[in-house]
Amino acid sequence: MKNIIGRKVGMTSIFTADGRYVPVTVIEATPNTVLQVKTVATDGYNSVALAFADARKNGLTKPEAGRFTKLDLTPKKHIREFRKSIDGAPEVGGTVSVDVFTAGEHVDVVGISKGHGFAGGIKRHNFHGGSRTHGQMIHRQPGSNGDTNSGHTHRGSRRPGHYGVDRTTHQNLEIVRADLERNLLLVMGPVPGPKNALVIVSAAVRPPKVAKEAPTVKAAAKGKK
Amino acid sequence: MYVGRKETMNVIDLLEREQLKSDVPDFRPGDTVKVYSKIVEGGKERTQMFEGVVIVRKGGAIGETITVRRISHGVGVEKSFLLHSPRVEKVEVSKRGIVRRSRLYYLADKVGKAARIKEKKVAR
Repeated sequence: MKNIIGRKVGMTSIFTADGRYVPVTVIEATPNTVLQVKTVATDGYNSVALAFADARKNGLTKPEAGRFTKLDLTPKKHIREFRKSIDGAPEVGGTVSVDVFTAGEHVDVVGISKGHGFAGGIKRHNFHGGSRTHGQMIHRQPGSNGDTNSGHTHRGSRRPGHYGVDRTTHQNLEIVRADLERNLLLVMGPVPGPKNALVIVSAAVRPPKVAKEAPTVKAAAKGKK
Repeated sequence: MYVGRKETMNVIDLLEREQLKSDVPDFRPGDTVKVYSKIVEGGKERTQMFEGVVIVRKGGAIGETITVRRISHGVGVEKSFLLHSPRVEKVEVSKRGIVRRSRLYYLADKVGKAARIKEKKVAR
């Protein structure tokens, strides 16, 4: 598994090598420090802990900072553990950079979605709502709550409520560019969360089996040769 | 979760600026231009020229588009081009026009002589 922790910078559009104009999300992932490698022998399972973004001097508690200073590493703000190891044998104290990914590859991106507060059914569940005109007095209301025969509201029925700030995964986004010089990943399409939010980029769990109709960046690069 | 702003605040500006063309000539709506664009036809790539009046320049920076209008076989044809796209090879100005607005949508309603644009005489 390939993983990296980064920061969502924002969105823009980019021309690909074959001249397509594609929307991309820019993710900045300064080299992640490998903080800990867990193995079955020592911990009962395999995993790698990565750390991202330098912490302020007083940004961490002593025990948190201790994990770094013990290994003579610069303290980082965010630590995430990934089950299964990163390809190759990562060493504690080593780094993971954006060059683990190449253009054309598919990735899953995890983020915390934007908060919408207490949202109604239309925004939260894509209800249609009533007509604005023609006399009814139901516009954005959720409508029926279910049958009266059963005497209770069915569990899991979609109602207004808190929306957003959920851990959200977008699967199979294509890497458009991996810029090692500036530690940038350009991922096609949107990514969950607001700007400056933490995102986790991993190799796709379920990559598409068949090439899509539209030529991917990789296919186009091949065709050019 | 908020990770914090960094010195790379304008990364997006940078990325966009890198892709801008430096050789786009100065032209305005009302001018007549030749746009050379690459098109893929039957698996082959070739350059096609489209000449007409610029009726609008829209958007900024990397997303800037121009819409060019011409009469082709008696039918008005408008084509939009992404000005900074690598598929648009070259833009040449062939005539300067005198117009009083930035969006010449009214041209679509005019036929024949009424659809002409006064030419600006440029000292050669």
